[in-house]
Amino acid sequence: MKFFGIHLMPYTPLDPAAADLYNSAWITLPNTYFDRDEGHALYERFITELVAADAAGFDGICVNEHHQNAYGLMPIPGVIAGALAQRVKGRLAVLGRALPLVNNPLTISEEYAMLDQMCNGRLIAGFVRGIGAEYHSTGINPTESHARFHEAHDLIVQSWTRPGPFHFAGKYYDFEYVNPWPLPVQRPHPTIWIPSQGSSETIEWAAAPERKYTYLQTLSPTPVLRRYMELYKQEARKNGYEVTPDQLGWSTPMYVAKTDEQAYAEAKPHFDAFMNRFFYLTPEMLLPPGYSSAASIKMMRSKLSSAKRTMEGCIELGMFICGSPKTVRETLLARQQEIGFGNLISQFQFGTLPHDLTMRNIEYLATEVWPFLRERVAPAPEAVAS
Amino acid sequence: MTAVDGNNETRTIDLVGCTVHYRRKGAGPTLLYLHGAAGVTGWTPWMSRLAERFDVIVPDHPGFGSSDTPAWFDNIHDLAYYYLDFIKALGLHDVHLVGHSLGGWIAAEIAVRSTASLRTLTLSSAAGLRIPGVERIDVFLLAPKDVPPALFFDRKFADAMLAQPKTDEQIDLELKNGYSFARVAWQPRLYDPHLDKWLHRIDVPTSVLWGDADKLVPPEHAAEFKRLIPQATVEIFPRCGHVPQVEAPEAFVRALTTFIERNSK
Repeated sequence: MKFFGIHLMPYTPLDPAAADLYNSAWITLPNTYFDRDEGHALYERFITELVAADAAGFDGICVNEHHQNAYGLMPIPGVIAGALAQRVKGRLAVLGRALPLVNNPLTISEEYAMLDQMCNGRLIAGFVRGIGAEYHSTGINPTESHARFHEAHDLIVQSWTRPGPFHFAGKYYDFEYVNPWPLPVQRPHPTIWIPSQGSSETIEWAAAPERKYTYLQTLSPTPVLRRYMELYKQEARKNGYEVTPDQLGWSTPMYVAKTDEQAYAEAKPHFDAFMNRFFYLTPEMLLPPGYSSAASIKMMRSKLSSAKRTMEGCIELGMFICGSPKTVRETLLARQQEIGFGNLISQFQFGTLPHDLTMRNIEYLATEVWPFLRERVAPAPEAVAS
Repeated sequence: MTAVDGNNETRTIDLVGCTVHYRRKGAGPTLLYLHGAAGVTGWTPWMSRLAERFDVIVPDHPGFGSSDTPAWFDNIHDLAYYYLDFIKALGLHDVHLVGHSLGGWIAAEIAVRSTASLRTLTLSSAAGLRIPGVERIDVFLLAPKDVPPALFFDRKFADAMLAQPKTDEQIDLELKNGYSFARVAWQPRLYDPHLDKWLHRIDVPTSVLWGDADKLVPPEHAAEFKRLIPQATVEIFPRCGHVPQVEAPEAFVRALTTFIERNSK
């Protein structure tokens, strides 16, 4: 089993009234709320936290991409990954680049190849479609999301594996000369992970024998995690192979303190801010037309609620792992033994959680939780790219 | 062929690998009506009024209503070329082409390509242009409860719309229409940056009809169409929002009838 830490890099000083006033921290929250004099210190802080996780013994650290919101200040995650490449020893995961949102996916091929060279083959290349809101923010047509994702993926993987120059002729991307320099260190290409909040179409695609990509379920209630992990296993069997733990990953926020009571009390205001201030999107932002099939959108809309999410409710649903070291490790062990994932990604900072509590959380996870799990769960074999 | 759709008789045509449903009633000069993004839910009283004088044809656009969503359906230009084929396949000529909102945009795209089969063009609250500095509501960010108030000047029309519960079938239809609307209008939002360059090609009498309180496509757009289309005239309906045929049906039918009859002789 491998242990990772992810940072979203939220704009923590966000005026609490602002997100309420604009109904969300996405798309239309005016960037006049961004204090230009705060940005530098925030990046220094967040990079320090990622470096600390690596130094404390995490197997890898993860960054990700979001656009035009206070939820995550990493529109270009490769910039942060580049700053980390020479400072961390473990795996470096970009989870991920949103392929459909770019008009030239070769820039992603190039960015990942540079990063893989800079960290000498430690890169994990994440591919995502982006959140529905980002189709508003980038002007990409959401009805083309799936088709652009698949085509951009094919272009990027071919650019790493097929000798150049060659012509790539797609519907959305057409390049007369595909011939990127540099190429990545990892052969035939960097380890690929596919993070998702749950999509049977995505699992079917990721589990195909020619891909066998690691599927990462993000921020989901336990029954949803269970369902999609099981779906991947079934899909693998349908394709004539048994899934290995390294093909399954789970990413969720975690918080550890000395006692359950202390952990709850310390996490609550920051976790509630994460769910309700930073991560609240209206259905029109989250599910633009065509982003998912009409049947999926209809189903998801019926489940969306404008009610505030509470920390206690999220703990109950299994979306937030919080408590003493004993509580957290036993919860995680039980979940791992039931579901069998080989990659565990902890979001160790959420919402407004301040630096000191984040650092202590990292320390607890690295010293009190990961060693306990390492002793009891066999290490995942290194993912072998197909 | 014909089929019964509730109490509305619809016909179908198979063309360019796509089955399109359309309604057709009345006799007289041909009036081809192209609907807006919400589609056509049935044969309405204002359509009946027009059918007293005209041969009224109301298709569900490819991708909308009961029509197929063909693989070639990528952008507004595909719809314009489709309708040029549709007009030819039905053997229509001297057509009075009327488009509302999204349908008005399609009508303008058709007319810049060819007016050979057209006698007149009517653009009602038509999308298709972008005027720098003219603000409008982004329909793709509106919650369902906020859509009706954005459509009308008089709140009572919005309240009536909101008071009607939606059936499962209507929700499915809204999702289908919403998808196809986004397919053609998401980016750039509700306009074609190349349309304004060619509007001067429209060489048939053109009537531009607009509500003075249209919040979705503000009345400045009426003036812009008039400026760019050589034979265009404008009629503005007072105290009226984006859907004159619902909010001011008498004035809408009268304006349309007067314009078409004047240009049918």
